[in-house]
Amino acid sequence: MSSTQLFNIVTIAYFSSMVLFIIYLATRSKGVSLIASIAAYGGLLAHTAAIGLRWYESYQIPGGVGHAPLSNLYESVVFFAWTIVLIYMIIDLKYRQPAVGAFVLPFAFLSMTWAQLSLDDAIEPLVPALQSNWLTYHVITCFLGYAAFAVACGVSIMYLIKVGKEDKGSGNSPAGGILAVFPSAKILDDINYKSIMIGFPLLTLGIITGAAWANYAWGTYWSWDPKETWSLIVWFIYAAFLHARFTRGWVGRRAAWLSIVGFAATIFCYLGVNLVLSGLHSYGG
Amino acid sequence: MNAKDRNPATALWDFFCSLKLTIVTLILLAATSIIGTVIQQNRTPEEYLQVYSETTYRILNTLKFFDMYHSWWFLALLGIFSINLISCSIKRFPRVWKTVKEPVLVPDETLYRTFSNMEEIVIPASVDEVRKKVADFTSSHFSTPVVTEESGKVHLFAQKAAYARFGVYVTHISILIIFIGAIIGTLWGYKAFVNIVEGTATDKVWPRGSNEPIDLGFSVRCDEFSVSYYEGSSRPREFKSLLTVIDEGRTITEKRPVVVNDPLTYEGITFYQSSYGPAGEPVFNFKVRVKETGEVANITARQGQRVQLPGGGAFRVVDFTPSYQNFGPGARLEVFTESGKRNSFIVLQAFPDFDAQRGGVYSFTLVDFKQRFYTGLQVAKDPGVWVVWLGCTLMVLGSMIAFFLSHRRIWITIMPVGGKTGIKLGGSAHRNQPAFELFFDDFKKNLKAELVARD
Repeated sequence: MSSTQLFNIVTIAYFSSMVLFIIYLATRSKGVSLIASIAAYGGLLAHTAAIGLRWYESYQIPGGVGHAPLSNLYESVVFFAWTIVLIYMIIDLKYRQPAVGAFVLPFAFLSMTWAQLSLDDAIEPLVPALQSNWLTYHVITCFLGYAAFAVACGVSIMYLIKVGKEDKGSGNSPAGGILAVFPSAKILDDINYKSIMIGFPLLTLGIITGAAWANYAWGTYWSWDPKETWSLIVWFIYAAFLHARFTRGWVGRRAAWLSIVGFAATIFCYLGVNLVLSGLHSYGG
Repeated sequence: MNAKDRNPATALWDFFCSLKLTIVTLILLAATSIIGTVIQQNRTPEEYLQVYSETTYRILNTLKFFDMYHSWWFLALLGIFSINLISCSIKRFPRVWKTVKEPVLVPDETLYRTFSNMEEIVIPASVDEVRKKVADFTSSHFSTPVVTEESGKVHLFAQKAAYARFGVYVTHISILIIFIGAIIGTLWGYKAFVNIVEGTATDKVWPRGSNEPIDLGFSVRCDEFSVSYYEGSSRPREFKSLLTVIDEGRTITEKRPVVVNDPLTYEGITFYQSSYGPAGEPVFNFKVRVKETGEVANITARQGQRVQLPGGGAFRVVDFTPSYQNFGPGARLEVFTESGKRNSFIVLQAFPDFDAQRGGVYSFTLVDFKQRFYTGLQVAKDPGVWVVWLGCTLMVLGSMIAFFLSHRRIWITIMPVGGKTGIKLGGSAHRNQPAFELFFDDFKKNLKAELVARD
């Protein structure tokens, strides 16, 4: 089996998991959420194998061009999906709130679909600029950070839906329907905070490894290149989020919005900068 | 104290200590940083005027938007950010230092009442017996307690990871250290570039945005520059310069390969492979066969130069590329026969016999060619870079400590109650209290079991 076929299976697994989690919201059936989780975890396992296989395949191409599959837009989007499900798994094992899956798996599924349908999946040898071990450290830390922010964003959307509906129902009806399986607002707020607590040090490491690499390859650790600047913008937003926790009035709804804005900035940093702005990160990753 | 009583100094101090200022500054930094990613930075006025109208250009220029990250207002924002950071730390640090260095060893009723997990147990045993058991249990299940005796009561205090409280200060200081490193680099470092033609040397480099060269104090020679490609592809694999450093006639390092991602450093000055280009026209060596007679001649030609051929004809190299449609080096030739007929075709170095199949008077083989290149090097000197890395290391360590470790404390008071012994215990963590609660519930349960068990 080739890695491309395996990636297709992964996409199907994430799609099934996503649909099942949504069915779970409607039916509240424990069995459905269990199968949804199995699909997600099985998908993650296959995903890991597929990334490993692609890595191996790159060494089978003549000319000694093998490298970790983290070097172009296709590979980075696939890796992004992998980190999202990985961080989701960590949060799921800790909090055991299957409803969260319905708001996180879509990110992973959309990434995989986009990569499989419209991105170039050819394994290319590395251009000189990317021939460095720093590439691996830099990409892994950045994307784990991005993924944690994706989970935080999903949970923040849940929070806003939950709080919004509860306010409308003005407390007389115990939140029924889909909301019944949502974790409590307090737990959602907590997962949001914890995810960002995981993501922030990782983003910091990602920026630092990027700076170290830039200094090693170009002789300057910081040049206000749009990608660098946007990663710093994301860092500022989440730094504001973390400090906001210590002041009254910034938990709950405002924190959820800040988390969503933070993730929007993250996505712009990741994709928007390459598609809209120009700069040094022109390899598409 | 209400606002009226405050003198301006206190008001200013409170302003700079406030967390609200932190949040506002961070959001302002994030928002304004976007400007420099939308408007291209540090271009010439001519380039800007192609994009913007003159009025817009003047407004943007006044606002310093063309070099915004070095503008007075952006630096002022970073200044406020730093003062805020320092003030907050100065304000909060002494209290935290006291909490860690002078912990409450003798807890009173008020302290116990603040714990949500306080527990009281009564054990039919002597105070001394219980005290030993509790101290041993705490040592082996948490950390060694400090024991204080006061008015017939015995107080135990044990803590773990007290240094976790300093993580946030380490993180804050690390930001200032990075700023200091950046300032050192700006004041005593430079970024420059130099182009060196193969076989020549230079002892000067040109800083960006200046016409005055900087003297290196030693010289750098480029012995060779080469580009290699991936097999069967026009995708470059490696750009390589062989550099030799000569200091006062002494050769320091000879023909050191410098490639992208592997620079050369000497005397704190680092040379990075950055660009390249041809220096002058290439020189070709051809083997030309006159088909009719079988006569073979070796001919050297420069690009564009008209060269006579045996048998009365002539030719010139019109064009050359090091990579012709993935077939490697190829030259376009123009041949003039004696009768004045002109003929143009391509000769590939990788296929020496190919041209023989072409009709015509001559067949050509491209034996080799010599193209002199220049190598373009970025040159950087940054004495502040180690300070920046120190700051980065502290930032990672500090934020890990601040986010993932918590200062946990347990207080236990043992006192006689009637003929028995009463134990009161409680504890807290400075972050992640729920996880501590789980640990503390286990701790209480096991301690109780230990005390009740008979030995």
